[in-house]
Amino acid sequence: MSTLGLTAMTALLAVPAGAALLLVGLSNYRRGARLNVGAALISLLASITLFWTRPDANVYLRVDDFNIYLIVLNNLVSFTTSVFSAGYIAHELETGRLTPKYLRFYHAMYQALVFAMNLAFLANNIGLLWVAIELATLVTVLMVGIYRTRAALEAAWKYFILGSLGIALALFGTIMVYLAAQPVIGQGLPAMAWDQLLTHAHAFDPALLNLAFIFLLLGYGTKAGLVPLHAWLPDAHAEGPTPISAVLSGLLLNVALYAVLRFKMLMSAHPQALAPGPLMIGMGLLSLLFAGFMFYRRGDIKRLFAYSSIEHMGIITFAFGMGGPLANFAGLLHMTMHSLTKSAIFFAVGHISQVKGTQRISNIRGLTATHPLLGWGLAAGVVAIAGMPPFGVFMSEFLVVSSTFAREPWLALPLVLGLLLGFGALLWRLHGMAFGESHGANAPGPSPISALPMIAHLALVFIAGFWLPGPLVVWFQHVAVLLG
Amino acid sequence: MHGLEFDIAHFLAGGMVVVSLLLLYQDRLYALINVFALHSLVLALAVGWQAYIQEAHHLYVTAGIALVFKALFIPAALHRIIQQLGIHRALDVVGGVGRDLLAGAALVALAILVMLPVTVGADAVAREDLAFSLAVVLLGLLLMINRQNAVSLVVGFMSLENGLVLAAAGARGMPLAVEISVAFSVLIALIVIGIFLFRIRERFDSVDMQAMDAFRGERRR
Repeated sequence: MSTLGLTAMTALLAVPAGAALLLVGLSNYRRGARLNVGAALISLLASITLFWTRPDANVYLRVDDFNIYLIVLNNLVSFTTSVFSAGYIAHELETGRLTPKYLRFYHAMYQALVFAMNLAFLANNIGLLWVAIELATLVTVLMVGIYRTRAALEAAWKYFILGSLGIALALFGTIMVYLAAQPVIGQGLPAMAWDQLLTHAHAFDPALLNLAFIFLLLGYGTKAGLVPLHAWLPDAHAEGPTPISAVLSGLLLNVALYAVLRFKMLMSAHPQALAPGPLMIGMGLLSLLFAGFMFYRRGDIKRLFAYSSIEHMGIITFAFGMGGPLANFAGLLHMTMHSLTKSAIFFAVGHISQVKGTQRISNIRGLTATHPLLGWGLAAGVVAIAGMPPFGVFMSEFLVVSSTFAREPWLALPLVLGLLLGFGALLWRLHGMAFGESHGANAPGPSPISALPMIAHLALVFIAGFWLPGPLVVWFQHVAVLLG
Repeated sequence: MHGLEFDIAHFLAGGMVVVSLLLLYQDRLYALINVFALHSLVLALAVGWQAYIQEAHHLYVTAGIALVFKALFIPAALHRIIQQLGIHRALDVVGGVGRDLLAGAALVALAILVMLPVTVGADAVAREDLAFSLAVVLLGLLLMINRQNAVSLVVGFMSLENGLVLAAAGARGMPLAVEISVAFSVLIALIVIGIFLFRIRERFDSVDMQAMDAFRGERRR
């Protein structure tokens, strides 16, 4: 029983790692793309297996109620993105923006990133978690700079410096958590394991824990793109290949947030420690409002949606900062919905910028007339991310707002203001892009097969607007209680 | 804790803070790199001493990595990069050296004031190390924000990482995974940085960060 679980857990790490090594040596890009999709599919199947049979935790790795669901989400989106990426990359090769040599590197890095993210979720050890996030940062830095243009290098450099700083602060926080745990649990590995930390958290030195949390929030908060630590995010999203924007936005931000939430659980387990709520509420609101205002002056389509990611990270952080079963439930739901919707939008945007030959919003007009599939896909995605019914994002945002009204009516004011700002900007931009007179280049659209990932994600978000599967609701409720 | 053991640990960790302050006012690239090598050497001694007094043999590995990799290999590599790029010249220090040093002194005071009251429960060596390493981290940050040059940015970042290694070594019994990963990350960091430095030179004809700052993706029309 648990042998199967152990195999699945090992596969989640070994398959991407092995595929990354194989891909380095594979010069045919078509085969590379196929291997990439295949490896992602195997990881997805392995992650789903974990629902039935869960391996026993050891000092390094563990599958528990909190991470299991995020692991599946992670592998689902990395699988669909690998399908999208196969079509996208073929086009980049035709236009000469990438060469086969870089593609070999690109595919290997993609699997290395999947490995790093799976490791971050599976880690039972705060040191291992840190190593995984560091690895993910370095890999994405390389991928953001892959086009080798001025803008891409500037973006990658900025991301590298800010990301490394965040990582450095997080390591300092990690060491302090160990120092707080060591007198209670004893020296060595157990003092860095989540399960041990959580059981003994109430006996830790609160002052040390407080300081550690500040460092961890700033460190991993940088990786999650929270204002005022967000400066790398729009550049990195706009200048890298679009599949990477989709993975960065849909998955890597979740990984960073997951790390913050784990440490928040430690803080909540200690009665005398600083309440993490107000800090997270403050940063969340700041991100939301800042992104809301920044929307209006964006000229680049990928930058526009990068700011939308900052906005949604803000909403999620706010929800978890509020805490309590209802707000935590909303936060978890929003995390899922945002991942699915935002990656669908980036799939659409990737194809759109390829058929139009530009990322400038002012050069993209009347998509629904020339490319109905992309135009309506984008429209559906933007309507969903702006928080309109009947999509799942509406449901989660509604829950955040209503739980805030019930508990802290004054906080609901800036929250609603931020949501409305984003709503207005996105619909205004969408109107120009999707409707009206078309002009500029009009290459033929992608084959329907490469649009499948987008359609699949939007369908999931649409269904979630009406109906959530029973086990999922139970899981959300259970984890919402755990998060405190 | 024997008096002498503690005193030497204290002396070496304090030495790192002093060398960090030295880094702040270097106005030539070669000198900056040489002082960084000294910084790493002091780190190697401090970690080696921790390994001896804690009887934690894995820390000798960390000390060895600091000595070979950070005190010898990286400075040599950076010297080479500077020669190849032909950027051997004076550095611009934003706001002047005097202001930098004052800010540095304030940061050291801040680190000690924040750390010492918080760590009353921890053992004395860990306590000193944590306070000093926070000071080194903050000084590294100060170095990073005050320099316009890509190489000094990198040196600032590596001095910051040295501070983290000091903290990790001071934490009694902290598992090896972390130290190796820190060293490993610096290795990867150097590769990435090496690539970047060359590419930056190719595209911008300069490693001056201001040449890059003038360019923002958003303004491209």
